[in-house]
Amino acid sequence: MSIQYLGLSEINGPLVALDHVKGVGYDEIADIRLSDGTERVGRIVEISGEKAILQVFEGTKGLSLTNTKTRFTGKPMELALSEEMLGRVFSGSGKPIDGLGDIYPDKFADINGKPLNPVSRTYPRNYIRTGISSIDCLMTLIRGQKLPIFSGSGLSHNKLAVQIVRQAKIADESNQEFAVVFGAMGVKNDVADYFKKSFAESGVQQKVVMFMNLSNDPIIERILTPRCALTAAEYLAFEKNMHILVILTDITSYCEALREFSSSKGEIPGRKGYPGYLYSDLASLYERAGIAEGSTGSVTQIPILTMPNDDITHPIPDLTGYITEGQIVLDRSLDQTGIYPSISILPSLSRLMKDGIGEGYTRSDHSSVANQLFAAYAKVQDARSLASVIGEEELSEVDRKYMKFGVQFEKHFITQGFNEDRSIEETLDLGWSLLSLLPKSELDRIDEDMLNKYYDANKEDNLSD
Amino acid sequence: MNKIYSVNGPVVKVKDTKDFSMLEMVYVGERRLIGEVIGITGEFTTIQVYEVTTGLKVGEPVFNTGSPMSATLGPGIISNIFDGIERPLKEIKKTSGAFINEGSNVPAIDTEKLYDVTIEVTIGTELTGGSIYASCPETPVIRHYCMLSPFLSGKVIWTAENGKYRVNDTVCKIEDKKGKVHELTLCQKWPIRQPRPVAERLMISRPLITGQRIIDTILPIAKGGTAAIPGGFGTGKTMTQHQLAKWCDADIIVYIGCGERGNEMTQVLEEFSELIDPKTNRPLTDRTVLIANTSNMPVAAREASIYTGITLAEYYRDMGYHIAIMADSTSRWAEALREISGRLEEMPAEEGFPAYLPSRLSEFYERAGYMETLCGKEGSVTIIGAVSPQGSDFSEPVTQNTKRFVRCFWALDKSLAYARHYPAINWTTSYSEYIDDLTEFYEREAGAEFLQLRQEVSNILIEENQLMEIVKLIGADVLPDEQKLIIELARVIRVGFLQQNAYHKDDTYVPLQKQKLMMEVILTLFDRAKKALSKGVSMNEISAAGLMEKVIKIKYDIPNDKLELFEDYKIEINSVLEKLENNEEERSAV
Repeated sequence: MSIQYLGLSEINGPLVALDHVKGVGYDEIADIRLSDGTERVGRIVEISGEKAILQVFEGTKGLSLTNTKTRFTGKPMELALSEEMLGRVFSGSGKPIDGLGDIYPDKFADINGKPLNPVSRTYPRNYIRTGISSIDCLMTLIRGQKLPIFSGSGLSHNKLAVQIVRQAKIADESNQEFAVVFGAMGVKNDVADYFKKSFAESGVQQKVVMFMNLSNDPIIERILTPRCALTAAEYLAFEKNMHILVILTDITSYCEALREFSSSKGEIPGRKGYPGYLYSDLASLYERAGIAEGSTGSVTQIPILTMPNDDITHPIPDLTGYITEGQIVLDRSLDQTGIYPSISILPSLSRLMKDGIGEGYTRSDHSSVANQLFAAYAKVQDARSLASVIGEEELSEVDRKYMKFGVQFEKHFITQGFNEDRSIEETLDLGWSLLSLLPKSELDRIDEDMLNKYYDANKEDNLSD
Repeated sequence: MNKIYSVNGPVVKVKDTKDFSMLEMVYVGERRLIGEVIGITGEFTTIQVYEVTTGLKVGEPVFNTGSPMSATLGPGIISNIFDGIERPLKEIKKTSGAFINEGSNVPAIDTEKLYDVTIEVTIGTELTGGSIYASCPETPVIRHYCMLSPFLSGKVIWTAENGKYRVNDTVCKIEDKKGKVHELTLCQKWPIRQPRPVAERLMISRPLITGQRIIDTILPIAKGGTAAIPGGFGTGKTMTQHQLAKWCDADIIVYIGCGERGNEMTQVLEEFSELIDPKTNRPLTDRTVLIANTSNMPVAAREASIYTGITLAEYYRDMGYHIAIMADSTSRWAEALREISGRLEEMPAEEGFPAYLPSRLSEFYERAGYMETLCGKEGSVTIIGAVSPQGSDFSEPVTQNTKRFVRCFWALDKSLAYARHYPAINWTTSYSEYIDDLTEFYEREAGAEFLQLRQEVSNILIEENQLMEIVKLIGADVLPDEQKLIIELARVIRVGFLQQNAYHKDDTYVPLQKQKLMMEVILTLFDRAKKALSKGVSMNEISAAGLMEKVIKIKYDIPNDKLELFEDYKIEINSVLEKLENNEEERSAV
């Protein structure tokens, strides 16, 4: 029988302090029983002498210095794992909330995970076809990659995420199981419903594990949500050899929860009040994507974050970009002109695509086409800013061609229907049709042989108006 | 027995003890996690722990070791991969599987492997600190020299026979002045935060040749020099460092992955074992040491990884090798400093960084240099540090302070990266202070005209930069032909010369001689076209002749071993422009 501690010595925001505590470990979990019979869960965030400071996941509302009994479990936070998790819905701290009862656990695992040894990683190479031209061609998603969506409030990131989940196909070994782990952190009720409904409609529901922390749920639980989701993902990927796509939304709410928690602990703030360890903390989530040697599964992450004030230099997107392997950036002005998906091509990037495309993966001309489209679209921006000063009629012949290319590119290549699933061949051919709008001499990223094979000045006829 | 009093993240405190010394290495808790003493007051001794502290309890023991945080130095370091405190990751994988467990205490270098040792001294030889007493082949390309600790000296009283020995076997004994006998093995320890002593710091005089045109020609770095590569995410810092690590002419590369991505380290491991070094015909791993402390590994070890890396580099420098260190990224290291400083509740300076950030940065960069070693050889350590400025803003403290301590600044530019112009080094905001030190080398090795050509190329770029201000306002069409020519030529230089394709078999590494010839052709085109313009040929005609496109493609069209082809280009430029001039003459005659 373990010791129960009666009462608390201090309550401050989500934190409580206990005195005269002996033999407890850092990060250990405690059960806090209230006098009305309800139970809450706390975690030790600091121990000093006989004083322990706990964060209470469910919040400290209703706690008093005398109405609690606290019992330490002797273990860090663990999640019960089993294949039965597929198709189930859990709270942000991993408790089933779909009314179907507890799962029968196969094993328990510490939700903080352990760092994957760099020598045990397998370098990601196989691409995931999303059926979305701009992603497949220009920022190819690779299995085992972490590729966030940088969005803003009111943009179509949720729709895009659903489309990716629905259309994502693995290029080879298609017989291998594919599942989605969905971690919602501080999302609105209707966003959560939107995802649930979309998963149900597209018939993937039985392949989805959901962890839900809504915006009115306690913030401490929000800090656990992505860790629970990733622990489930690692289990399914590395022990059950499944390919797991993890969608985490919204990282911004997560970081804000972390800031709130940090300031209530009285920590010295770094940039914009976020704790100094925000980078390490985010890394401890994002780095859990990958492929481990000795298993055939993989964890691919698509975290979604809304950039406060659409500012890509804000600490959250900034630090995320430094950890993740590229980013998909959504753009408000494209969105306003009615373009879906409103992916801003130039700042978007996939760092791993270079090794997962081309001969044997997609098509040999893929990297040349992608480079040339990037370079050409960058020139479109120059031409547009020049046109805004001197007027379009004053532009040189070549610049006018770029202007035309820009419009057609946005209209045919970026724009895509919510239900439109394009194959990689279609996407690349479309790229060539667009490049054929430009004079051959402008295509300096493509070598001669390839130009002879694919460049066709008449191809632009393929583009319907 | 000293016991833990408090735990807060990686910071552990012990109360009321006088047993510890500053920067001493300690073992914390029953699991013997590795830690280092970072603060001592009358009441508390503060320890930073290099591993995850989950489960650590108040009252668990803390063990002294009596020595500072040290690196083990000996054969077996090269082609290995370590974490931030020199634990071999491949060995850890054998004991704890794919994920890293806490308390994995494995010796840094293989203690069982036998090396073919040659004894370099005889009985009676007087040895001083740094003298070589034995050597062995460590990898097929690196010979390892065992050097006496800089603090010891004495007379050799016994040596082993030449033969096969393990790193901890005694191969030599010396007797110092006080009559004390020291047994020498193949390895030694060195405190990571202390620079290894040298005989003398020498003047910088040789470049580190990298095969990257923008670096070798425009912004060179010297052996023993320091460079910073600042750039926001996605601008290609890591890519640039990989290129340098692959191609630069250092003998040994120490690659420190400090708080970066795990997959990148996997990529380095894979690529370097596949790539063959053209100089030695052996895989690059034979001359590379990797230190991988990825962003999800404990933050205190990230702070130490930089020092571990440079200590290993200095050790090989002392043997007379030229080492290049790639530190990716020093910002993560600075953030680790900030994180620990925050946990210690120190008063923050700018942006939450501790006030001692500049002094730590300078301590690190000052460990670079071209040295005469204690054993009388010449060796160098070159540091190339990536900087990841927060918000891509170069005015943040890490970039600004780094700028004060490095002499080469390769600023990566977002707009170049967006246009997929790699390496995205901005030629107007970057600088190298080494060009004066290296003048003699360039004139001797690349010909007296090399620096002249470099200057002319730079001038065209600077002129273009000024003209672009006008073009942005009124468009390029209204410029006079001479200025259009500058803009066109600058494009040729940017696309054909500065931009370099790391995935192309010839373009990934370009010898200095080819760099020079490329500049020559570009400037021939410039001078010749200028002459044609003066004879009345219009810029449109020159552009239509396709010479620019042809020169841009030189980088792909002329293989590195067929440099004689450059002559043909010069001849063609001459003849094409001559034809245009003749046409023009005929026209005006009519």
